[in-house]
Amino acid sequence: MSAAAAAESPLVRIRGLRKSFGAHQVLDGVDLDVRRGEVTVLLGPSGSGKSTLLRTINHLERPDAGFVEVSGDIIGYRYHAGRLHELGNRSITRQRARIGMVFQQFNLFPHLTVVENLVEAPVAVRGVPRRQAAARAGELLERVGLAGRGDAYPKQLSGGQQQRVAIARALAMDPDLLLFDEPTSALDPELVGEVLAVIKDLADSGMTMIVVTHEIGFAREVADTVVFLDEGRIVESGAPAEVLARPRHERARAFLAAVL
Amino acid sequence: MAARLVPLRHPGQWASALALLVLVAMLVNTLVTNRRFQWGVVGHYFLNASIVHGLELTLWLTAAVMATGYLLGIGVAAMRLRRNPVLRSLSFAFVWLIRSVPPLVQLLFWYELASLYPRLSLGVPFGTEFVSVRTAHLFSGVLAAYVGLSLDVAAFSSEIVRGGLLSVDRGQTEAAQALGLGNARIFRRIVLPQAMPSIVPASGNLLIGMLKATSIVSVIAVQDLLYSSQLVYNQNFLVIPLLLVATLWYVVLTTVLSAGQFFVERHYARGSGRHGPYGPRSFGKLFRGNLPLFGRSRDALGGLS
Repeated sequence: MSAAAAAESPLVRIRGLRKSFGAHQVLDGVDLDVRRGEVTVLLGPSGSGKSTLLRTINHLERPDAGFVEVSGDIIGYRYHAGRLHELGNRSITRQRARIGMVFQQFNLFPHLTVVENLVEAPVAVRGVPRRQAAARAGELLERVGLAGRGDAYPKQLSGGQQQRVAIARALAMDPDLLLFDEPTSALDPELVGEVLAVIKDLADSGMTMIVVTHEIGFAREVADTVVFLDEGRIVESGAPAEVLARPRHERARAFLAAVL
Repeated sequence: MAARLVPLRHPGQWASALALLVLVAMLVNTLVTNRRFQWGVVGHYFLNASIVHGLELTLWLTAAVMATGYLLGIGVAAMRLRRNPVLRSLSFAFVWLIRSVPPLVQLLFWYELASLYPRLSLGVPFGTEFVSVRTAHLFSGVLAAYVGLSLDVAAFSSEIVRGGLLSVDRGQTEAAQALGLGNARIFRRIVLPQAMPSIVPASGNLLIGMLKATSIVSVIAVQDLLYSSQLVYNQNFLVIPLLLVATLWYVVLTTVLSAGQFFVERHYARGSGRHGPYGPRSFGKLFRGNLPLFGRSRDALGGLS
């Protein structure tokens, strides 16, 4: 593949993704491309499959059919002679290290200090010397506006601060792609802004991101593409101005009317 | 209205404390005045060579059994929580079997292994043998005790550990997976430390229980603390004083272990924002705080905050 072609081809390519929990079809044939440096916002009513789609991208959920490809690698599988063979734990772990994820409930490690949270993965996975990782952690904390809070334990921070630490923790692995699963849904309203500001700053710096959120204002301002899911299918997708202002699909119209 | 707040009075507490004090005084009185306790004899044998020897055996046997048992137990618990059905079934079967067999029977089984399997060999199943040993002298009393009790601890501790592991939020594992951490690292560094606050209290129980349960080794003639005192009173018939000697040692050891448990619990409570069940206070302060009536109540010390 030439350099030009590599730049053209999407960083994330999702094809025919299906997933069901028991009888409930959560993802029902999802196709999606995300180009490098772009921000894609996933919207949709609860139960529409947004979170499951996001979690399938780093193989926290195993798809029943279809595949997710990130920078040319199929996640969780190896293509061989017309079949997709499931990868072992080690290989999946290696793939995940390049995809950062930020959770609704932050999921910081409560028994480790902020710096230890940030240093853990680079040291254990990449073999970065601890001192070097700690220095980098300091830079990242400054970037998310938490310089000097490295020795605090997560419980000593506000929700907004914890989520910013979680973002810094994901960044510490220098991921190709960042996934956000409702990053502001667990926050008090007055703390939402500080987290969205950090995410917007990342978007401006050219980070490729897929964000599940209910913050329509954020989607309008930051997203390159807005994708609307309903019952496990993408029913609407396009530039935010288009999708948010003139939704064609009836379900999208109803949803936007309710949240705006 | 600036009326003074009057706390609720508790006259019942004073009355019951008084009654209790009288009972304690009676107990102390009988302990001191009843000459049949023979405290002089107790003092004489307290540091007796064979008693101290038995004490040493009790101590290191308990330590070895607990260390081995817990290493196995953590492994068994981890196996039980894996997706691999072979490991899961194996773990379940192990716990089921060991918990079903009384420790005394297990001890005798290992000790009498020779009568069941006079010879053990290593080789192809149903085929050629490479090495073979006679089991007659394989298991001494102490070794049988070590193996039997270690397996017992492994089975019980694995359930304690499993309970602790299940109490850790699933999101912790997912966050660690998303960072690209491997399974072993996630277990050792992320999940297990967070399971410790719920593992430690039950484990303290198991440890103190095992300290005293090691006394069943007397059936296979291993001279632990209790059996050593029995050997002495079998000769001089001073039954009660020698049982008191052993009991006093168990009290001392249990006290030390309980204090140790307090500090371990405090260590693993770091980052929880509550510094263990009693707040960030010293052992002495905790002790004074819990003296009824004279210290402040636990709530006043912020134990619930």
